[in-house]
Amino acid sequence: MSAVSAVLARDLRLARRAGAGASLGLMFFLVLIAIVPFAIGAEQKLVSRLAPALLWIAALLATLLGLDRLFQADEEDGALDQFLLSGGSLTLLVLAKALAHWLVTGLPLSLAAPVLGLMLAIEPQAMLPLALSLLVGTPALTLIGLVGAALTVSLNRGGLLLSLLVVPTAIPTLIFGVAVAKAAAEGRDFAMPLTVLCGTTLFALAISPLAAALALRQARG
Amino acid sequence: MTAFPSLRLVASGLAVRRGPRFLFRGLDITLAPGQVMQLTGPNGSGKSTLLRLLAGFSPPDAGMVRLEGAGEEATGSFLHYFGHREGLRPALTARENLAFLAGLLGGDEARIPEALGKLGVARLIDLPVRVLSEGQRRRVALARLLVIDRPVWLLDEPLASLDVEAVTTVSALVGEHARAGGSALVATHQPLAATNAALDLAGRREAAA
Repeated sequence: MSAVSAVLARDLRLARRAGAGASLGLMFFLVLIAIVPFAIGAEQKLVSRLAPALLWIAALLATLLGLDRLFQADEEDGALDQFLLSGGSLTLLVLAKALAHWLVTGLPLSLAAPVLGLMLAIEPQAMLPLALSLLVGTPALTLIGLVGAALTVSLNRGGLLLSLLVVPTAIPTLIFGVAVAKAAAEGRDFAMPLTVLCGTTLFALAISPLAAALALRQARG
Repeated sequence: MTAFPSLRLVASGLAVRRGPRFLFRGLDITLAPGQVMQLTGPNGSGKSTLLRLLAGFSPPDAGMVRLEGAGEEATGSFLHYFGHREGLRPALTARENLAFLAGLLGGDEARIPEALGKLGVARLIDLPVRVLSEGQRRRVALARLLVIDRPVWLLDEPLASLDVEAVTTVSALVGEHARAGGSALVATHQPLAATNAALDLAGRREAAA
């Protein structure tokens, strides 16, 4: 377990240091949401109706940002070799990296979302369900991205391919995430989409670290 | 230095194929406790490939590698692999980098200052690796061999960019490691004082049938 906590602690520390690009995701999220009202104009009803979708799209893109470096940096400096010598499970180490990534992107996004929702004139009763949907759904985005990052680890400019790989697989998460917030905004019961959203996250949690570890091993075979 | 379990790294019938030819074929290696084997060969003869293969990073095209005496535990947890890419993150300090590796590989963080001292870079301990020179960085990276006790060392050009003094230090460390019952396979073209066995990959290349 000490290997897992070592990876987690290091990634969090790197994220705090300048240049790691961790706060980049959050900044991108803020900027994107901040300019939307200007682009759409003063039609408050329209902005309000689009708000859940906009927040979710912004969250998806913000998560993707910098994801291509997740394993590449470790591969380039040789840390990935050392991962393989830890004697422990690569799957768990990969999961630790995903957790660190989520703690510095998905979590702050989810917490910032209600505040940004105000800027988009989101219905008050949808505010908390929206934050909840992001809290439950963004781990799935990180985990799906994890597999993409592992598959593109040996590609120099894998960012584009990564987006192509990740975005389609993230669509179910997006659909049900938005469905939660929409249902809440319209005053309907959102238990069903929320349950499905939890399901996608749990599914990603079960599959992604395994797949990512396998992809990393294959990349060096 | 602690005493190591008696481990023998045994490789038999190793072959690596690159396109139409074998880099080597039918290669047998036995690395016993106390042995320091110098691995030589022209550039491109497969020294790094062989070391990565012994470390278990990639499978050979034929043959097998095993660690006798390791029991059920994963082979990787008995090995140190030191390559061209040192496993240091530029944004972190020497201490943070080594502490991470100690956590990952099961070493003792408390030994970091002493290890850096032995390699003559004790005063760099709290500097980010980014600002270090090439030689200083390699010294910091080599300190992990002392922070984390592992019986088998696979070193790929550990002496590159080191000055004369550091080369002597590293030679002495490898010798000390061998006397403690460890073993090392070192790919280098520089003379290494502690060497007591040799493996040359020159002339092993052959066309595939």
